[in-house]
Amino acid sequence: MIKNLHSRRGFLKGTALATGGILLSLQLPDAGRTRAALAASGPSPFVPNAFVKIDDQGVTLIMPHTEVGQGIYTSSAMMMAEELELDLDQVKVEAAPPDMSKYMDPNLYDQATGGSMSTRSDWMRLRQAAAAARIMMVSAAAARWKVDPSTLKVERGIIRNPAASQQLTYAEIAPDAATQPVPKDIKLKAPSQFRLIGTRAKRVDTAAKVNGSVLYGIDIRQPGMKIATLALAPVKGGKVASMDEAACRATPGVLDIVKSGDDAVAVIGEHMWAAKQGLEALALTWDNGVNGKVTLDTIVAKMDEASKTQGVVIRNDKNAQAAIDKAATKLSAVYQSPFLSHSPLEPLNCTLHIRADGAELWVGTQVPVRAQKAVADATGLAPEKVVVHNQLMGGAFGRRLDIDSIEIAAKLLKDIRYPVKMVWTREQDMTHDYYRPYYYDRVAAGLDASGKLVGRTHRVTGSSIYARWAAAAFKNGIDPDAVDGAAETPYDEDAVFTDYVRQEPDGMNTSWWRGVGPTHNVFVIESFVDEMAAASKQDPLEFRRKMLSRNPRALAVLNLAAEKAGWGQKLAAGHGRGISLQFAFGSYLAHILEIEVGKDNMIRLLRSVIAVDCGITINPDTVLAQMQGGMIFGLSAAMFNRITLTDGAVDQTNFDTYRVMRINEVPKIEVYQIHNNEAPGGVGEAATAAAAGALANAIFAATGNRIRSLPLADALGA
Amino acid sequence: MKTLVINGVSHQVEAPDDMPLLWVLRDILGMTGTKYGCGIAQCGACTVHLGDEAVRACQTTMDMIDSQPITTIEGAAANSIGAKVQAAWLEKEVVQCGYCQSGQIMSAIALLSSNPKPSDAEIDDAMAGNICRCGTYVRIREAIHAAASA
Ligand code: FES
Ligand code: FES
Repeated sequence: MIKNLHSRRGFLKGTALATGGILLSLQLPDAGRTRAALAASGPSPFVPNAFVKIDDQGVTLIMPHTEVGQGIYTSSAMMMAEELELDLDQVKVEAAPPDMSKYMDPNLYDQATGGSMSTRSDWMRLRQAAAAARIMMVSAAAARWKVDPSTLKVERGIIRNPAASQQLTYAEIAPDAATQPVPKDIKLKAPSQFRLIGTRAKRVDTAAKVNGSVLYGIDIRQPGMKIATLALAPVKGGKVASMDEAACRATPGVLDIVKSGDDAVAVIGEHMWAAKQGLEALALTWDNGVNGKVTLDTIVAKMDEASKTQGVVIRNDKNAQAAIDKAATKLSAVYQSPFLSHSPLEPLNCTLHIRADGAELWVGTQVPVRAQKAVADATGLAPEKVVVHNQLMGGAFGRRLDIDSIEIAAKLLKDIRYPVKMVWTREQDMTHDYYRPYYYDRVAAGLDASGKLVGRTHRVTGSSIYARWAAAAFKNGIDPDAVDGAAETPYDEDAVFTDYVRQEPDGMNTSWWRGVGPTHNVFVIESFVDEMAAASKQDPLEFRRKMLSRNPRALAVLNLAAEKAGWGQKLAAGHGRGISLQFAFGSYLAHILEIEVGKDNMIRLLRSVIAVDCGITINPDTVLAQMQGGMIFGLSAAMFNRITLTDGAVDQTNFDTYRVMRINEVPKIEVYQIHNNEAPGGVGEAATAAAAGALANAIFAATGNRIRSLPLADALGA
Repeated sequence: MKTLVINGVSHQVEAPDDMPLLWVLRDILGMTGTKYGCGIAQCGACTVHLGDEAVRACQTTMDMIDSQPITTIEGAAANSIGAKVQAAWLEKEVVQCGYCQSGQIMSAIALLSSNPKPSDAEIDDAMAGNICRCGTYVRIREAIHAAASA
């Protein structure tokens, strides 16, 4: 998602650092240990680099990216086990501790998991790290046997010398390997040599997830731990007006009331029930402050106004406006995409044990270094005094890229010396999200007499997430995410004008939401392309095909989806098919959705056909799972979801008012993959971005009704 | 003090009458397999069995429980249908983040216990109370069919 900000060279530099510099620096302490120290403490683990640890307990792979359900632990382990000549049943995986010097994502410039970047960032460095470890162990075995390393064979972690029937396990040779030089030129396997990459290997994290033994952040228990729940000002900037502390303290099981500033209060209890009851007894009232009159309408009115003036120019090729002015057919439209909540099923939570001289934090976070800093800042402790135990996450979808919940917990608990698990209620979670921004898009296009697109303009108006989240990436007023997919489309087009107007909403925090920039821009572009086809009486598929002469991979996924979906075959009355095509997150994806719109305007999703080219595939079942899940996530939002405000407070408080798609509402989903050995593309968010456009276009095909504002079920009035 | 029989084991629990079983399990007994997702009977993450019935632990208060045995995800494998469902879940790689899956599995076991060969529509009916934010529904359906024919 920061792809505009650095060159491919920067990426290569990053990987060189991760495999060369780190290897070496980690190598030295082990090599320098004395025999006496070794004897005293037993064999030390072989830690050739930041990602591999081998000791008598076996092989542990350190995961630079966090597991939110997307399957990255499995894919990362597969990449490493491939080069280590191990199978997945022979490795353990472990979350990386916060350490920017070792685990920074070279494309995100942070130790962060997001932007469907993990596999793209780790494809080289994890295989290199694993290969380096293998090479060092093989060299150590060769040295012990006094043979040429190239004569040795490795299989399932056993090094063999075929000439002399000798063998050593990794665990046996690991202590020797620590003294081997770190290899400089690491030759990685060619795809034709892969035995694990590309297979449907079983996930490494799921056995414990079907028997209740898995621990998420919310399941942490520590000796003496108490449980707290909090209330935040319902309106941003609001302050506590009154509370009944006596009534709260009189509630059975309530232990303490803690406050931070004027806008956050938590009750600590023996258990969540006591804390919740106590919080209710507190009967908080609030002064709403400056945002007390904000509604969704007031926010949108300001966006509409702001969008009337030109913003920062993103792309300006060949005077698009002049081309449109001269065009035979002119189109213009406004598209609107709502605020959305992440609402992962595991509500926000973290467990803190703050002491005078240090702190421990148990949390599922996509940004462990930021999490550590949040606790350090709130408590005054040095960051290295804050131990972060990163946990599996019950979903994130971008929500856990922010550390507001950790910061608030640390501020609330800074004077409490026993461990406390801070659990947000669903209501607090949903009403205090960092929401997917509302976007207001003005688009225009011109077609010549033959129906060819001759010029297009697109003004994106909305919040800049980068400006808050990574200010260094917000340069010259350009938010590269807000316009991702607006300036560059898969199509042949020369005359394009795109600009960006930053407009921050009153009273709302905004952040990354699965699918990020493309989720909104692909909806707008693909809906508008459909409008162009309709305005020039062309078939939406043919119209797109004609504009893909320079983009063979996009054309290939489009053709595949069209063939599988039976494009052109007659549909029953009330049925419609819609297309969405994109290049996003490094992957090509075409989606054709078939729906039925009933007489009552009820939308039924029938069949979702996805064709994807994500380059080389680590685990095809993970790609399939992400396509299925990502599509449902996107369709759920496109059908039902928007966050609204009344008097500055969010109206949607739980899943009764923020509807999530259920099993009886999902379409049949078919996924077709184009296999090749191109660099891997991201898959976690791609399908989400392909949902809304196809749905809007299918509704148009079924009803003739062009809907330009999400969610679609609302807009149809069903 | 009340005796709860959970997964075949008796526990003496001191808890207020209006306290939901969800928090008794999680915070008093330390059985964290049963999850909190909404607290208002919308998501199904807290599904357990009370007797033979799938119930929402967030809505089942202490005073609603008599002597019925309680089964949670931690005890699901003790029953042959439960073991089949868990195996099918792994076989079909249903799980993503996994947070909803305790509840999904407990709902699926209750379904298969009363209806050994459910149709798609019957699966939809029985499982519509369980939200999966990761969108694993397609595989949940496949896994229930697989467990039914295992
Ligand atoms: S927590 Fe009980 S149904 Fe959601
Ligand atoms: S697997 Fe994540 S909520 Fe269902």
